[in-house]
Amino acid sequence: MSETVEPSVAELEAFREEARRWLDENTPPKPDFKLPDSFLEVSSEEQFEHLRAWQRSVYDAGYLGMTWPSEFGGGGRQQIYQSIVNEEMADRNRPFMLNIVGLMWAGPVILKFGTQEQKKRYLAPLLRADEIWCQGFSEPENGSDLANVQTTAVRDGGDYVINGTKIWTSLGTQAHHMILLARTDPNAGSKYRGLTFFLAPVDGPDVEKRPIRKMTGEYGFNETHFRNARVPASCVLGEEGQGWAIAMATLAFERYAEGGQAGGLDMVQLRVAELVEMARECRRDGRPAIEDPIVREELVRLSVEERAIDMNDIRRNLPRLCRERPDAIGLMRKLVTSEFRRRMSRFAVSLQGEAAKLYIGDPAAVEDGDWQRHYMNAYSVTIGGGTSQIQMNILGERVLGLDKG
Amino acid sequence: MVTEVIAFNEEQELIASSALEFLRGRCSLDDVREWMETETGFDAELWREIGALGWLGMGIPEEFGGADMGTTEQVSVIEAMGRQMFGSPFLANSLAAELLNRSGSEAQKRRWLPGLASGETVGCVALGESAGSWDLSELTARAEIDRAQIRLEGEKCFVLDAQNADLFLVACSGRGEPAVVAVERSQLPEGALRSERIVDETRRSARLCLDGVTLPADALLPGGDAAALRRVQMLGALLVSAELAGATQGVFELTLEYLKTRVQFGKKIGGYQALKHPMVWIMVGIEHSRSLLYRAATLWDTGEDASEIETAVRMSKAQSGEACTHAVDRAIQFHGAFGFTWDCHAQLFFRRAQWAEYSFGDAAHHRRHLAGLLFGKPAA
Repeated sequence: MSETVEPSVAELEAFREEARRWLDENTPPKPDFKLPDSFLEVSSEEQFEHLRAWQRSVYDAGYLGMTWPSEFGGGGRQQIYQSIVNEEMADRNRPFMLNIVGLMWAGPVILKFGTQEQKKRYLAPLLRADEIWCQGFSEPENGSDLANVQTTAVRDGGDYVINGTKIWTSLGTQAHHMILLARTDPNAGSKYRGLTFFLAPVDGPDVEKRPIRKMTGEYGFNETHFRNARVPASCVLGEEGQGWAIAMATLAFERYAEGGQAGGLDMVQLRVAELVEMARECRRDGRPAIEDPIVREELVRLSVEERAIDMNDIRRNLPRLCRERPDAIGLMRKLVTSEFRRRMSRFAVSLQGEAAKLYIGDPAAVEDGDWQRHYMNAYSVTIGGGTSQIQMNILGERVLGLDKG
Repeated sequence: MVTEVIAFNEEQELIASSALEFLRGRCSLDDVREWMETETGFDAELWREIGALGWLGMGIPEEFGGADMGTTEQVSVIEAMGRQMFGSPFLANSLAAELLNRSGSEAQKRRWLPGLASGETVGCVALGESAGSWDLSELTARAEIDRAQIRLEGEKCFVLDAQNADLFLVACSGRGEPAVVAVERSQLPEGALRSERIVDETRRSARLCLDGVTLPADALLPGGDAAALRRVQMLGALLVSAELAGATQGVFELTLEYLKTRVQFGKKIGGYQALKHPMVWIMVGIEHSRSLLYRAATLWDTGEDASEIETAVRMSKAQSGEACTHAVDRAIQFHGAFGFTWDCHAQLFFRRAQWAEYSFGDAAHHRRHLAGLLFGKPAA
């Protein structure tokens, strides 16, 4: 990082003001088609292009990748600046970024393990959404049991030859590159050994993509088949055989247990305040639902938890108040926020009374049926990136020190 | 001036960590059981020591013998106490000091605060009444105030550490308004105090009969109005939520230790997801509690918006209470049949949690008030 001096409060406030102004003046108007809830549900070309243009304009304005080194297209600034931009985007519920796998997972892990050439090659195009990234971890038979990867990579001269199938590949049809976990040594003695992490090109003819339809009816993820796909050896991240450690580092970025992401939002922000507004509009027994004691009780419960999550994000940066379990808040964040999102969305639907049955596309649906879709899409976060049940195992074993089952 | 969302500086951490270290050395759960069987419920020598350490005067101005620190410091010390199940009149004394400091006359402060700061005098507050309501707007204890003297009648309940107290700050209704009078132990007639049998046996609590108590007119606290009572109740909620957050961590450690040593079906039972996963959510509950607790303490010390402070304190108490009552509930269950015994330390935390949850408003009470603060009152 080029800046080392702590910025003054006045500087930061001026920066916040400037970011606010930029966001107010440059956020595109709501399009006449429906945007997805997150990058995981991008189903159409128009959604893709809209979100890509937004990411590009944020980056070009200097509000993305602010902490990444400037020689690789970043801003070379301190985290506080990116945090301010993220906060302002969240407060105003601005669109999320498109290239999340690149910005939040692949980018940080390339910064951490990549060669100078790899950083130069991949980071700037990823920030500008010129090149889109996807993730190839899960396989049809290996989801939670990630280390049991069956996709093979066999060295052949200057290349590796990849065979196998990856699944739940979000943005798979549009992606240029995949962070790919494949087995280079089937005789390494343990399933955790013999894995290698590739920055694999996936836009060639030897990689076939089949879209998968989600429970919401949307598309966005794919089955990705590698049939003798050739990947140059220069695409190995780290060393051959180091794949499991790099995959774990990737998951730490994905779950926000470790910082260093490029910034921006990764999905539509849902806040309890929106439920409160809805409860003022919806009716119960001839009165606004917000006057119903049971509705009030649940809304308060959600408000308290939302505040706790917000305060955890503050406290996790104060080591003096985290001595007991320094990593706990970071490691539990994915579990807590995803489960909270699911419960909050479910309750939002229930506020609507019989209108809860209406879905997107019905002209009478409350708030266009968005909450019905939020509720279903909430599972993409409680399952994707390691299910809640796996998160509980990780926390129980790594933070609490309990035995593996 | 931009203030921090959660403030906790190096000095505050030093106070918190040395308090925990001190109590770990001087207050084991076996010690707690020993003191529990005594009349006062605490160790007089230890009380003198914590007075000498300056803990008792943390919230008292220097001119009255205190250290003039913030509530954040008190919160961190009480959190350590909750963790070690330390009892003593610390809480009662802290609340009495705050009420006196805020609402007392110069002469009253000069007379009593130095003793409260050193530990020579033990103070307590008498707020609750037999109806068990946390709303103090309809007090039945009465003070008849005339120019020369004050005559009291009625009864106060749930008076924490009344048996140990030298000074009672009593909430009552005087001239139709809430009022606070200071009563010294020597002014109470024989038999005025009747011990209550309470669920937390490490604590002392009593009914205080006020009939026949006559005081000089200067026993009235000039600032002891409804707002002062609400404030001391809010501080009580904040300090008890610190105790709850500490107790949750304490009982969590106790249970975790058991899950790491107890073997069934050839495996340590903590390896079973039926036990492991609930423990993770208990940990989440502790993290939530601590974040809301230190936010509330920061606002109490630096905030200016009264409803923002009230919201933060009520959120803290609602969260800590619920997290702790859940943690102790699972602690008993996860210890199996041993958990149901007197000898298992889990019961100490269980009983403490019961006491604390119903002190200064339970979670449902605070959520009801939070609804008004956050969404406004329903139309009549």
